[in-house]
Formats: sequence, structure tokens, C-alpha cells
Amino acid sequence: MTPAGSPLGYAIIASLLQVVLVALGGPLLMGLMAKVRARAEGRVGAPIRQPLRDLRKLMGKEGLRAHHSSVVLAVAPLVVLGSTTLAVAISPLVTTHPLLSASADLFVIVYLLLTGSVAMALAGLDTGTAFGGMGSSRAITIGALAEPALLVAVIALSIQARTSNLPAIVADTITHPVWSSTPTRLLALVALVIVVIAETGRLPVDNPNTHLELTMIHEAMTLEYAGSDLGLVTLGAAMRLGLLFALLMNLFVPWGVATGHTMLALPAAVMFLTLKASLLAVVVSLIEVHSAKLRLFRIPELLAGGFVLAVLAVITQLVAR
Amino acid sequence: MSSSPTSDYSGTAKPHWPIVVVLFLAGLGFFVLGLVAATVLSIERRVVVASLGGSLGCLLIFISASQVLLSGRTTSFHSSLVLPLSGIDLTLDPLAALFVAMTSFVGVATLVYYVGYARGELRTRTALSLMLLFLTALLCVPVASSAVTLMFSWELMALSSMLLIVVEQRRHADARVAAQWYGAMTQLGAASILLGLLLLSLKGGQTFGDIRSHVSLMSPTLRSFAFVLTLIGFASKAGAVPFHVWLPKAHPEAPSPVSALMSSAMVAMGVYGIVRVGSDLLGGGTLWWWIVVVALGVVSALFGALHAVTSVDLKRLLAYSTIDILGLVLIGVGCSGALSATGHPGDARLTLIGALLLVVAHAAFKGCLFLGAGSVERATGSRSLEQLGGLIRRIPITTALFGVGAVSIVAVPAFSGFTSEWLLLQGLLHGFVDQSSPTLIVLLVGVIALALTGGLTAVAFVKAIGVGFLGQARSTGAASAHEVPRMMQLGMGILCVPCVVLGVAPGLVIPLVSRAAQVGSTSVKARSVETGVGLTLSHVRGAIEPMLLLAGFMVFVALISGAKSLLRRPARTVEAWRGGGDRPSARMQYTATSYAEPLQRVFADVLRPEIDVEVTHAVESHYYEQSLSYESRVDDAVERLAYQPVIRTLTRVGLAARRLQNGSVHRYLAFGFIALLIVLVVLA
Repeated sequence: MTPAGSPLGYAIIASLLQVVLVALGGPLLMGLMAKVRARAEGRVGAPIRQPLRDLRKLMGKEGLRAHHSSVVLAVAPLVVLGSTTLAVAISPLVTTHPLLSASADLFVIVYLLLTGSVAMALAGLDTGTAFGGMGSSRAITIGALAEPALLVAVIALSIQARTSNLPAIVADTITHPVWSSTPTRLLALVALVIVVIAETGRLPVDNPNTHLELTMIHEAMTLEYAGSDLGLVTLGAAMRLGLLFALLMNLFVPWGVATGHTMLALPAAVMFLTLKASLLAVVVSLIEVHSAKLRLFRIPELLAGGFVLAVLAVITQLVAR
Repeated sequence: MSSSPTSDYSGTAKPHWPIVVVLFLAGLGFFVLGLVAATVLSIERRVVVASLGGSLGCLLIFISASQVLLSGRTTSFHSSLVLPLSGIDLTLDPLAALFVAMTSFVGVATLVYYVGYARGELRTRTALSLMLLFLTALLCVPVASSAVTLMFSWELMALSSMLLIVVEQRRHADARVAAQWYGAMTQLGAASILLGLLLLSLKGGQTFGDIRSHVSLMSPTLRSFAFVLTLIGFASKAGAVPFHVWLPKAHPEAPSPVSALMSSAMVAMGVYGIVRVGSDLLGGGTLWWWIVVVALGVVSALFGALHAVTSVDLKRLLAYSTIDILGLVLIGVGCSGALSATGHPGDARLTLIGALLLVVAHAAFKGCLFLGAGSVERATGSRSLEQLGGLIRRIPITTALFGVGAVSIVAVPAFSGFTSEWLLLQGLLHGFVDQSSPTLIVLLVGVIALALTGGLTAVAFVKAIGVGFLGQARSTGAASAHEVPRMMQLGMGILCVPCVVLGVAPGLVIPLVSRAAQVGSTSVKARSVETGVGLTLSHVRGAIEPMLLLAGFMVFVALISGAKSLLRRPARTVEAWRGGGDRPSARMQYTATSYAEPLQRVFADVLRPEIDVEVTHAVESHYYEQSLSYESRVDDAVERLAYQPVIRTLTRVGLAARRLQNGSVHRYLAFGFIALLIVLVVLA
């Protein structure tokens, strides 16, 4: 279970705090990114809390199920949200001692996210419509091409820290501040930023605001969802974004994460995390403003670039020793 | 008859019969009973009785092998009654026992499935006897502990499976071609293994004990020669590219229970052979041997994964995915050998545990998937994904069981594929942390291949499930599918059990696999894998607790669905959105080909798809098209570029040689005379 000496009560409270934080923070990050984008384009834009309002509205609406759909369509949102929530609960977001922190292996997180992607891709095919299949095919293609970059970057980090345990990597980075500026980390950072942009469906890989039939990816896959199911899917996507942003920041700038077992450190940790994630969100949305969506068949080049950087990260780590 | 409980083979006669040997021989006895039943009983009764005999035999042999795995003791058995001159030598050591236990487990499942599946030719005496013979041979290959015994069971395995492919040739036109390819490749492979084993037996006896004790007398060159020769044969059996060409032909054309056995147990024998000869008999060897193994694995993994993505035939997809997973296993075996050869036996053994666990996991999920493909074919009359769709509503149980196999192979946490791939990755990670030599490149390439195939495997199986089982039916066969007999579901269900158990409670199995990974005489301890709720590694810290992860997932899903049901908003069923167009029809769906098209285009340089577009213009104007046909085909590029030229040359030589024979006796006498002259000249 939790590392030796870690009280269970603390771990439970910390994990619940992380889940609530990401469930609220994910949508707010999306709102923030939309706001920054609007401001950069000279518009006022919707308030930052708009995604939360949308979610509340969706939750209150009647659900619709397409003919010819099966249990997969109904279960997929639960799987997506459940696996993402589990990943959030066990990741070192505000503390290095959340629930099941021994199991918070980097590979576990990667494959939990993959599980969510697979569930969504299946849901896209379930209704047997052209759009669902199109979105599903594109999303899984991008996912499959992002996977190698992600795994190799993760391996680079694991070799450096001599562990694949995520809380341990974060804790060790706090005690060895030099690590976060080694070439390995920096190369892995760039690779992971590319992967995170692809996995969360941001520009230049996917445009989250488009519903243009020929270009949408994630939205095409979820086209058949309505009402509370759509709410769950949207919340799942937002939490995934929140989790990935928070993890990315904690892996490279881990300061502020609570390493002890005192509850008092948690509020400060929440504040630090919010700041770090918001900063990343602002940077990413500023990049978005200045980039156009790539053609689908140019995306592999971007991801291959990420992959090469990840491999270089491993090589520099091996050479550096 | 003699038996000794030591790992070194010795001919000392001991009067007592160890329980392990008794159980194993009793199991084989049940197979003989099954064979008798298959030949004498009437057609109504023979399938059930023969399957029952075989299953009981498998059960006894499974108990015997488990006993060896639990105790870690090696038991040998020699009998001169069975084969003339050399007799047979059987040794049940933990490595053999792991493969025997795995094969017998899959054997029970396939035999149960066979009862529901068999009809037509599969109910004949020939088919039933061949099935039992095939299974017997599969069980004998790992326990064979002399060159003669190994080759005997190897050939029995090859021949019986080859004949099983053509059992249904009247209904499957391609089966004969597939069997020809398989026969040619397997015989070439067997010849290569035989040559290798002959080289090994040069210095002394042909039993494995003799080979082990004499191998140090052999020159390094000879040893390498022997290793490469056996590697070619074993790698061909394991479906390693470029020796894989038989596999995507033979597996789809064989009856499904046979495909399941071939894919889960037979290809694993190739891995067994490499480990047995390379690590055990030859005692580890040198670094470059294992670099070759890793190279084979990397090429196979990537090639297999890419072809699995683009395959349209469900069984062909599964066959290519077998090449993919076995490639990963070869990467593990090769990295393990490389680590061992460079002085890191602890890491080597950890990696080998991961590789062997993947073999076992693969046997379960791929067996389940192949049986599932057979059920789909039985229910719909087709195994092309383009003819399927909507099966989840027609055959829900088969779909669910197929789904368990698919999530295992995609490596969803808390299923068997994840546990084994995690352990394999951890083994490689250990290697990275400890190494400081050229091995790093090997490890790096292996890790990259693992990372690249992970996502591609997910695409292949999302496609298989999404296009094959979800959506709307694409043919009348799929629209009118009926659930298959209970025995077929049971057969698949049996194989789903290890998929879940290996994933949720890997701690139950790891100690056994760990014993099997202790090949050779060394008493090397693996980097500790502590087994509690999950697995814990201490050298490079890492742990997974799948059971707790699963529990956590369940809690969250329950909470979310509970919260959702509080909203009290039941869903209303409506027509799917059709973009303002006509009623959505099955033809509007994404097909298997279109689903994989983006990846096919990205990897066009490797896959080399052949695309033919034919446009017929209207008579009135060239700007209008009357009809347009588009055909895209992904053939096996290795077969086209490496094998077809050889076959063409051989055919040409054969045709040329035919001119020598015109039926004239005079000419033949002249040939004889010339030959005699040549012999005399040479001798003089």
C-alpha cells in the first residue's frame, strides 16, 4: 500500500483532494486556455468558469442513445472517467504519498490513459456512423504514434531516477534539484510536451473548438453523446488535461509538492500546483494562438520528432553516466 | 527404466517411480485411450470420448508439471522400449514444466471447444487422432531431453499440425497452399535444428546431459555454428521475420482449435528451443548470439504489429499479432542472454521471467482470441472484418470472452498482458541501470520496439472489436448470427481465467515462472521480485498492485455511476445523427480498411501497399467518370521480395530439369553411363 510510515488517513484525504482539485481544475484550465486565446485574439471571451457551467447544464439534460448502439456506448464514459480518476488519485499531484503510491508506476499511468483512449475509440465505432469511425480511427492513430514517444520519455526519466515509481521520481527530484536541468530531463520535457498536446487534443494536433466534419478528431468520436453521458466524457477529457498538465509540471518543476505527512502542507501544495498548471496552460494556449492545425498526415512527423527527442533523452542519460 | 531427481542427467537406475513421472505417463496413457476411442467408437460418441480422454490426460500432465514447478525438482526418465537404438529420454525440469503446464492448460480448453466446434471432416477418425497426436507431440517437445527424442516429437508435432491444416481443404481452398508453405518451412527448420543438434552431439552422446558435459570441449566456432543452425529452426517456428511466411498462411486456414493450439503452444516451442539450446545446453554463449536474437525480435515485433493493423481477415490479424508478441518475447530472451553474457545474471533472469510470463500470457489470450475467431466464423460464416459488425447484440457471450482476450493483449492494467509487459520493461530497465557496455544499444533498440508496438497493438484490436463486433452488421450472415454452442463458450472461458488471474494476482504465478527462468546449472538469484498483493522490485524500485488498482477503479466507477443515476435522467433512444442525410446504413460505417488507412499511409514504406485505381471515363466527356474501382492490398513484403524470387528460380530449374526426362530408356541408360564414367574419373 502506501510507503512505510505513511498514515492511511492522510493518503485518503490527499487522494480525494487531488480528485476534487483535478475535477474542478481541469475544466477551469480549459476555460483559462479559451480565455487567454480570446484575449490574444482581441476578444473578451467567455468567463473562465464557462466549462464548469456547461458541465452542470449537460448533467441536467436528458441522455440520448443512438439506435444500433450497444452497452459499449453506455460504459465507455464510465471507463474513461474511472481510469482517469484512478490515475489522478494515485499520482503525486499535491503530495508524494497519495493512496496506492507504490502502484503509481509510470507505466501504470501510461496504460491507464491508454485504457481510456481505447474505450473512447470503441465508443466511436459503436453507433456505426461514419463520423464516429472517422474520429475513432484518427484519434487512435495519433494515440498509437504518441505512445512510443511517451514510453521512451518515461523510460529516460526512470533510468535517471533508478525507479519507475512516479512519486519516488518526484520526491527524488525535490532532493536532487540538479536533475531537473539535466539534458535528459530537458529533452524528455520537450518530448512530453508534444505528447501531452497530442493526447489532450490541442492545436496543432486537434482543434478542440471545431465541429467541422473534415477536421475534427476527438469531437467526431464523441458526436453521438448527449446529456449526462456527454458531460462525463467532457469531464473525463478535462481531467485528463488537468492530470497531464499537473504531472508534466511536477516531473520537471516539482517544488511545492508536499513530501511529508502533515495535512498543513496540503493547502500550500494545492496553491503551487494551481499556479504551475495555470502557467503551463497560458503558455500552451499562447502557442495555440500562433499555430494552425496540422494536416492529419503531418502529425506523424511532429510525433516522430517527439519520439526522436525521447530516444535522445535516453541516450544522453546513458552517455552521461 | 531409470529416474533421478537431479538436474544433471544420469543413467543410474533407481527403483522407485517418482509421482511426477507416473502422472506424466498416465496422462500420455489417457491420450492413447483417446486415440483408441477416436478410432473404434461411432461417429456420435467418438468426439466427446476422445476429447474427454485428451482432457483427462492434459489434466494429469498439468498436475505433474505443476508439481515440478512447485517443488523446483528435476525428474528424468529413460526408456529403451519406445524408440529403437537410442530410446527416449524425458526430463521434467522447471523450464520444461512451465511449457508443459501451459500447453496442457490450453489443450484442455481447445479440446472442450473442439466438442462444440467439430462437424463434418473434424468428426472423422483422422482429424480426431491427428488432434490428439498433435497435442501429445506438443507436450513431449519440452520434456524431450535427447536430440533423438526432441527431433522425434518435433517432427510429430510438425506433421500432425500440417495434416490438420488440410483436414477441411474441401471447404477452404487456400488450405492446401498454406499447408505446402508450412510443410516446406517447417521441414527446412527441422533440418536446420537437426544439423545443429548433430554438431552438438559430435563430442559425445546425444542426450542433453552428455551435450551439457561435453560442450566445453567444443571450439567456440563450432558452438556458434550449432547455435545459429538451431536458432534458424526455432526462430522459424516462433514466427520470427524473415522466417515467418508460413505463419500468416497456416494459422488462418487451420480449423480454429488447431490455430489456437498452433498459435499459443506451438510457436512457444520455438522460444523454448532457443532458451534450452542457447542458455542451457550451450551455457549462455557470447554476446553476438543474443544480439541476433534481439534483432530478429525487433524486426518481427514491428513487422507483425504493422501487418496486424492492416489485416482485414480476423484470423490473419491474430496470426500477425502472434508474430508481434513472439517478437517481444524474443527481444526479452535476447536481452536476457545479452545481460547474462556480459555478467549481469540477476538482471538477465528478471528479463527472462518477463519474457516467459509473456509467453504464458500470450498462450492464454491468443488461444482465447483464436477460439473466438472460430466462433465468429461459425456464427456468421465469415472471418473477414468487412463482412462482420453488430455481433455484440447477436452473440454477446462470445463477444465478451473475445473482449477479455483483446484487453489482455492491449495491456490494459489488471490483465495478463500488462503484467508481463511491465515485468519485461522492468527487466530491461534494470539492464539500463546496471550496464555500461555495448549491450546498452541492444537494450535501447529492444525498448524502442516495445514502445512502438504497444500503440499499434491497441489499434489492431480496437479495429478487430470495433469493426467486427460493434456498429451495424455488414452482411446477412452477421445480421443473422446465432450464439455458438455452450462447449465452445466454455472453451474460451477456460482461457479467460488465466488472462484475469495473471493480471490481477500475478504473485501466484511469478514464483513458478521464476523457477523456470533459472535455466542452466547456475544458482543465480534474480533481482528480487517480491510477491505480495502485487509485485515489488527493489533494485530499480518499482511495484504494481493490480488487485488494489482494480478495486480503486471499481470504487470510482461505482461512485460515478451512482452519482449519475441520482440525476434520474433515463436515456432516450433516437436515430443516430446523419448529418442531414439519408438514414444511416451499414455501408456508411468505417470499414476495417479505412480504419487502418491513416497508419497504412504513415508506414507505407514498410508495408508497401499495392493500390490500384481504375477509372472508366464516360463516352461523352473525359471530365466525367462512368465507374471507378479502387483496390488496396497489403501483401507480405518479405514474402514478395525474398521468397517469391527463390520460388520462381526453383520452378525454372525444375522445368529445365524436366527436359532431361523424355521417357526414352536410351537416354536414361546414357545418363547412367556418363555418371559411371564421372565416378571412375573422380576415383582415378
